[in-house]
Order: sequence, then structure tokens, then C-alpha cells
Amino acid sequence: MPQVSLTVNGTQHTVEVENRTLLVELLREKIGLTGTHVGCDTSQCGACVVHVDGTSVKSCTMLAVQAEGANVTTIEGLAAADGTLHPMQEMFREHHALQCGFCTPGMVMSAIDLVQSHPEGLSEHQIREGLEGNLCRCTGYHNIVKAIAAAWPLMHGKTMPAAAE
Amino acid sequence: MGHEGIGASVRRKEDLRFLNGRGHYTDDMNRPGQLYAYIRRSDRPHARLGAIDTAAAKASPGVVAVFTGADMAAEGIGGLPCGWQIHNKDGSPMAEPPHPVLATGKVRHVGDPVAVVIAQTRQQAKDAAEKLAIDYHDLPGAAGLREALAPGAAPVHDEVQGNLCYDWHIGDKAMVDAAFAGAAKVVKLELENNRLIPNAMEPRAAVGDFDPMSGDYTLITTSQNPHVIRLLMGAFVLHIPENHLRVIAPDVGGGFGSKIYHYAEEAIVTWAAGKLKRAVKWTAERTESFMSDAHGRDHISTAELALDKDGHFLALRVSTLANMGAYLSTFAPCVPTYLYATLLAGVYKTPAIYAEVKAVFTNSVPVDAYRGAGRPEATFLLERLVDVAARETGIDRVEIRRRNFIPNDAFPYQTPVALQYDSGDYTATLNAALKAADYAGFESRRAAARARGKLRGIGVSTYLEACGIAPSAVVGSLGARAGLYECANIRVHPTGSVTVFTGAHSHGQGHETTFAQLVHEQLGVPLDQIEVVHGDTNRIPFGMGTYGSRSLAVGGSAMVKAMDKIIAKGKKIAAHLMEASVEDVEFKDGTFTVAGTDKSKTLTDISLTAYVPHNYPIEELEPGLEETAFYDPKNFTYPGGCHVAEVEIDPETGVTSVVNFTAVDDVGRVINPMIVEGQVQGGVAQGIGQALLEHAVYDSAGQLLSGSMMDYTMPRADNLPNITVGTESTLCTHNPLGVKGCGEVGAIGSPPAVMNAVVDALREYDVRHIDMPATAPKIWSIIQAGRPRMAAE
Repeated sequence: MPQVSLTVNGTQHTVEVENRTLLVELLREKIGLTGTHVGCDTSQCGACVVHVDGTSVKSCTMLAVQAEGANVTTIEGLAAADGTLHPMQEMFREHHALQCGFCTPGMVMSAIDLVQSHPEGLSEHQIREGLEGNLCRCTGYHNIVKAIAAAWPLMHGKTMPAAAE
Repeated sequence: MGHEGIGASVRRKEDLRFLNGRGHYTDDMNRPGQLYAYIRRSDRPHARLGAIDTAAAKASPGVVAVFTGADMAAEGIGGLPCGWQIHNKDGSPMAEPPHPVLATGKVRHVGDPVAVVIAQTRQQAKDAAEKLAIDYHDLPGAAGLREALAPGAAPVHDEVQGNLCYDWHIGDKAMVDAAFAGAAKVVKLELENNRLIPNAMEPRAAVGDFDPMSGDYTLITTSQNPHVIRLLMGAFVLHIPENHLRVIAPDVGGGFGSKIYHYAEEAIVTWAAGKLKRAVKWTAERTESFMSDAHGRDHISTAELALDKDGHFLALRVSTLANMGAYLSTFAPCVPTYLYATLLAGVYKTPAIYAEVKAVFTNSVPVDAYRGAGRPEATFLLERLVDVAARETGIDRVEIRRRNFIPNDAFPYQTPVALQYDSGDYTATLNAALKAADYAGFESRRAAARARGKLRGIGVSTYLEACGIAPSAVVGSLGARAGLYECANIRVHPTGSVTVFTGAHSHGQGHETTFAQLVHEQLGVPLDQIEVVHGDTNRIPFGMGTYGSRSLAVGGSAMVKAMDKIIAKGKKIAAHLMEASVEDVEFKDGTFTVAGTDKSKTLTDISLTAYVPHNYPIEELEPGLEETAFYDPKNFTYPGGCHVAEVEIDPETGVTSVVNFTAVDDVGRVINPMIVEGQVQGGVAQGIGQALLEHAVYDSAGQLLSGSMMDYTMPRADNLPNITVGTESTLCTHNPLGVKGCGEVGAIGSPPAVMNAVVDALREYDVRHIDMPATAPKIWSIIQAGRPRMAAE
């Protein structure tokens, strides 16, 4: 069986996988990081989104062997060591942007990439379109959209440009 | 005090673990030596089962066992039980054919489980399952209601010729017929309520385990009601007594009804764990969820409303066909009867109502309760019919509703279809919703949209639901094979912290927060010293679980009762310590005081004394401070309200967008406004999904066409608007909290509001009614068909 070496949340791992093993299976079953979820089998739901080298990726759509040498961040790696939440986690809590919590890890990881990749600001319309790849069945997205808009200024350290509102 | 209690939007206690990936969902759980199950399912809608050749699968790498229906039958494993028995018009019981755990003799729907392969890894089990050679002899199949009832249709169950499960009715037919005979106006509407697939984001999963030393079985499962699963599976399927069967429903990723039922896979992994003396895990792939989770809705109805010359409703007559699917799921028979036809009065004082319901077996996945369960079907029918009546009498849509509302002074109000409403103020919710939605200013927005080339419409729905289910004696007389009380155990620890053990189950509702707020309010204990435990039959005395918006109204009331007992006992201990008479001891904000004195003891003083009873009335009182209560509700609760939807249709594409949505609901007393608002928004999103996007589609032979998330249109963020939520509360009069329930209102009130808006937007095309979902092709076709006529006029 092939071996994969990768860094997950700052820790180096080398694990044996099958050729067909998916990145999400490696994370959940080989490394035991069960915060990343599997909600579908057609890459529709986004519950499995993680960051690979800083970019959001559906980890059900990437083979584990493709992550050789990669730097992966999962939901477990977001908060600081002292428990301080990432601003996106904090805003999800503040705005009640989660109910059952199952889509939440993927939703938060997608949202962070969405905010990071839009330093010019994000309109509500852009946020909603940016969440196209993530399904939530509980919240109706209303509070998720609010949480992401509220996280933007915290992550960029400035107020949202008016044009983006 | 107060800022964390009733009425405070406390941030949720459960969020920290979910936001950090530290939730514990069933598939996250692993047991030592665990094996993996993969279930081979029928890809045929209807077929006789011939030989199943398991040799190649058994020889496949990693395979430990392969079991078929014959193996389970040989061990006397029972079928999956149905929890509700409906009686026909003639008093005879419904047809209740067996529901084998693994198919025997025939397969009856695509997804029917045929065999289970158990292997060292998930992939090995799946690989081996492909090597099973199953000999099918195809039979004609029908997934649709009309097709299954057609003369000569193949019987889904050989013993149920004609496929009729039951033919039931409610109401006074003679009175209704007489009212129709004398009516100034009769409005008739044929409508369908589209079949839905719940799609909680967490797929179902189950882990069975067995300890050969103790004989104890453990089942970890994605359930909304672990005690109900223990009862059904233990007593009826696997014959395991309660003391040897522990059912754990840990963090559960959404349910919406679909995780109420006892499913075959739970019995399979538990039984297989016992056979193999090893833990067995099964996790659904989403494609399996589509063809094995109970579906929702699927009605065809004819509705007629009789009115007098002033637009007063005189009588309502309804005839409905309801799809049961291939087998009776746990609560399926009650959904189109007692959760549907009893709601047909809605918020209106219609004096005579008659409804008949035929439930039909078809070659499709079993249908059972999905968010709202029967009440969305009743509301859609009624609120569409009222809009059509308004249009055909020339009375304004809002005015005809006002004219027929049950007035505020009529409560308690006895409907002609069994229910007695305790409280409500339908004018208040209507007025508040119209104001919040700027209904009065709509025509200018319609004109502005027209200038942009868009068709804009507005729709109103005034609805009511019955939830907080339910009085045990009442539901028992209606065919329930269970009581619907709830249980709570409150444990005050020696140092004054509190653990609540509740029979309700949280799978997104935020019980760990709301229930802690109740304890804080009543006992004065800080929120961070209150822990809420749910979902484990070994830790919680008993429970009926969470569905039908019952957790707070029934489970919360049980907590109040248990805390009343805590306070009563605490007063006795406090009276002893303060050398006062019990009658003089008062309890408020966590402190016992002797009236008229400065003597006081905190709850912590009392709990410490209760567990260290050195100075204690030991002759009269047991040590400890822990109480259990069961609460059986006196009535259903009746949330209601008004939803206003505003849509825009692009006539070039037929795409309908909900541009504004306003919900004003009466859910009784609100404990946590933030959570209530979230529940309503989520329910509305599912309602908009039903109205515009979602449809479980079978072909004529019974093949599921919308069998994945690529084919079944789940609402996404850019399909939905912001959802404005308000509340206008009247209190429930018969439970101690005055609460009514908020979990389902969004999904009940919203579909007709959206569809009334769609029909309104298309008014120049002379559209009388559109069935859901209002997909772009459907709307585009209506517009195209309307164009030549408009051009000719």
C-alpha cells in the first residue's frame, strides 16, 4: 500500500493508504480527526471541506495520495491552543449559525476561505453564491450569511467597504 | 437573575464542541474489534426473490459473514413493527402486512435491503456486496397513488389485493352534504402535495455491540428517540429485554422526523454483533439515504369549500389519497389521518367538515412523518383553497380570512374534527405579519418589478398546527400503540450543580441551552453549573423522544414538575435547618427564606445537607436531592400564525425567487428568542424548498429518478431570501410553561404562502392553481401557454 506524508493541523503524519482512499477517509479513519464530516457521496454537500495549503477543498473529492507533502487544516486546527476561537467560529456562535452542527465544520472552513479570498469585501449576494458548495438543512442559511458578514471585519482588521454592502 | 432565564437569547452551550469538530456523531464512534456492514439493496421496484448466491461474497477478502432474510427468519427475528393502527370506515383494522428486516420472498421498492455483508473494512464489505448474485423475477410495479389503485395493479403485498391499507374518515358527512346543498357558492380544487426526501445532513448510521460475558447489547444510532428504539427493537424484533439492551443516540445531525423510526439497519447491526460477538458498524451513503430513509408528504386530494353569499365558510369536504410506500413505517398511518384531517379546520370557524383518506401501498420507499407531518399537507390544501375561494367570490384574500377567523373570545374552541384549541389570536399574527411585510405597499413593488421585466406576486397563509404531542389516553383511543408523555430526572448534586436527564433528544434544537435556562429560571442555578443529558437509555429513566414539536411543551413540563418536587423537598429540609414550619418557607432565586424573617438558606446549603444528613429530618425524609417526573399533556398545543411570501418570476426563464419572506408566529411563551427564530427560519427554508425546488420523483415502474443530491434539489444559500421572523404570543393554557412549540411552524405555514404568491404573480396568465414544486420549466410552460391567449385578447 502506498504511504502518504502530510502535515495536519501542524502535526506531521505518515500513513499507509489504499490508492482509492479519500483524503476525508484518511483524516477520519487513519488520523482520527472526526470533526470533518461526510454528508453525501456526490461532492454536493461540503460537510467535508478542509484547507489544503490554505485553500478550501472538499476532502471527499481528493485522493489521500494527492495530499502528499500538503499542509492540511481541519476544523480541529482552527482554535488557538488556549481555546480562543477563530473569528469565524466566534461569529457562528454569536449569530446562531449552527443547529445540529453536522454541516458546520465544512461551512466554517468554506466561509474562512471565502472571506480570505475577498479582501475587497463581500456583499450578501456574494456570500450566498460563495456558499453554493455547502448544504445546511437546519438554519435556512440566514444566520450563516450574517455570521460570515460579521467575521469579515474581524478577519481583515477593518470595516467592510461600503460598496460591498 | 433573568438575563439567562426565560426570554433571554443565551448563546448555545452545545456550540463550542460543534464549532471545534468535537461533536460525537454515530459515525465518529468506534468500538474495539469493530467490523463494517454494507447492505445490498434491491435495484428493482418489485420482484420475486429467487436464489441468492453468497459464495463469491463470502470468499471475498476480509469478509466475516453474509446474512440474508432467510438467515434472520430462521432465527425467529420479527418484522419491524408499526406503532399506530388506523381503523377503516367500517371499523375493521387497517391492512398491516409484515415488514421483514431483510427482504424475504419479494422486494417491494428500490432500496429494499436484501442482504448484509460484514467485513473487516467498509470497502471490503462494499466490494464483496457487489459479488452477491441475486436472482430477481421482476413484477410490474407502481410507485404512484393512482397507478397502485388502478384495477389490475400488481399487489405490493400479495395479501393486500387492491393495495388499500385503509379507508378512513372523520367528520359529519350528512351535515357537510346538507351545507353544500344549501351553499351560495362552492369552490373545488384538485391538488397534490409533492413527495419529499428529508435529507438531514448526517446520513443515518448504527453501531451494534455485544458483550458475551454479560449478554448486554449496545446500539449507537442516529435516532430522535433512543428509548422508543429500545422498546420497538428489543420487544418486537430481536427479543432482547430492556435490561440487556442499551441504546445511545449521541449527537445527531438533524432529523426532521426521518430519524424517529425504527429502521432495519439498527436491528441488523445489533443482531449481527450478537452473532459474531464483535461490534458492527453501518453508515449510510447518501444514495442509500435517498432510497431507505422514510420519505414525506405525497398526497393527492380533492377539496371543496361551501360558502354563503357573504363569503362565510359553511362546510369543507376533502378526499385524499396518501402514499404509504411499500411498508408501514413506524408512525406512517397516523400522519395522513390524525395529524392531517384533524387540522382541516385551520384557523377558521367552518362549522362542518368531512374528510376521507385512503392510504395506499406502492412500490416506493415507506412514507412517514417529515417536519410538520400531515399539518403542512392540511395547511397547503386549506390555504390554497381559501385563496381560490377569495378569487372566485371576488372577496379580498386577507378579508375572507379575517371574516372566517375563529374569534379571540371563542376559546376554548371545539372544531368539527376532534381537536379543541386552547388559545390563539389569529388577527394579531395576521396584522403583525402584514405590517412587517409592508403588504399595503406591495402594489408599488409589483409595478417596479414589472418595469424591470419581472412578475412579482405576494401570498399570505394563515395557519395553525397541533403539536406538543400528545395526551396518551387520547392518542391511545385513536390507535397509537404508545403513550406520549415525557420523563425528566433532575439531580441536584451535593455542591449545588445540576444534571438534567431528559427523555427528549436534541438533534439541532439546542435543548442543552433551552432546558438549562428553565432550570436556571426555576432553581436559580447558574447556567454553567447545569448539564443536560439526553440520548442514552442507560442514563435517562425513560423517554419518548423529540418529534412533533413536543420537547419543551411535554419534556420541559416534565422538568418543571421534577423541579417542583425538588423545591418541595428542599423546603422541608430548609424548614428543619431554620427551625421553621414548612408552610412559612419560601423559595425564590435559588434561596429558601422564612417569610417575615431574615433567615435564609441557599439551594447549595440544602443540597449539601441532603447528601450529608447529619442535622436532618431523617425519620420523615430520605437523604439526597434528586427527583423524577413524568408529564402527560392534557391537550395538544396549537401554535399558529401568518406567513407572507413575496416572489419574483423571470418570465424569460420561469425562475421563481422568493424575494421577501415574513413569518409571525404564535408559539406561546418563548424561552430563547434566538433559538426560536433559528427554528422558524430553518422550517421556512424547508417549506420554500417544498414549494419551489424539492420533489422525489419515481418513474412509472417505480425507479427513483431523484436519487442523489445531483438530482434532488436541496435548497442552497442562493435559493433563499433573508427570513424575517416575529412572534405574537398567546400562552398555552394547559402546560405549566405556557409554551406551544416552534419546530415545525416554518415548514407548515410557508409552502402555501409561497404558492399563493406564485399564483398571484401569474394572475394575468389566468392560472388558478399550481402544484408544488414551482420549478422553472413548469412556470415557463405556464407563461408560454398563456402568451398566445394574451396576444389574441
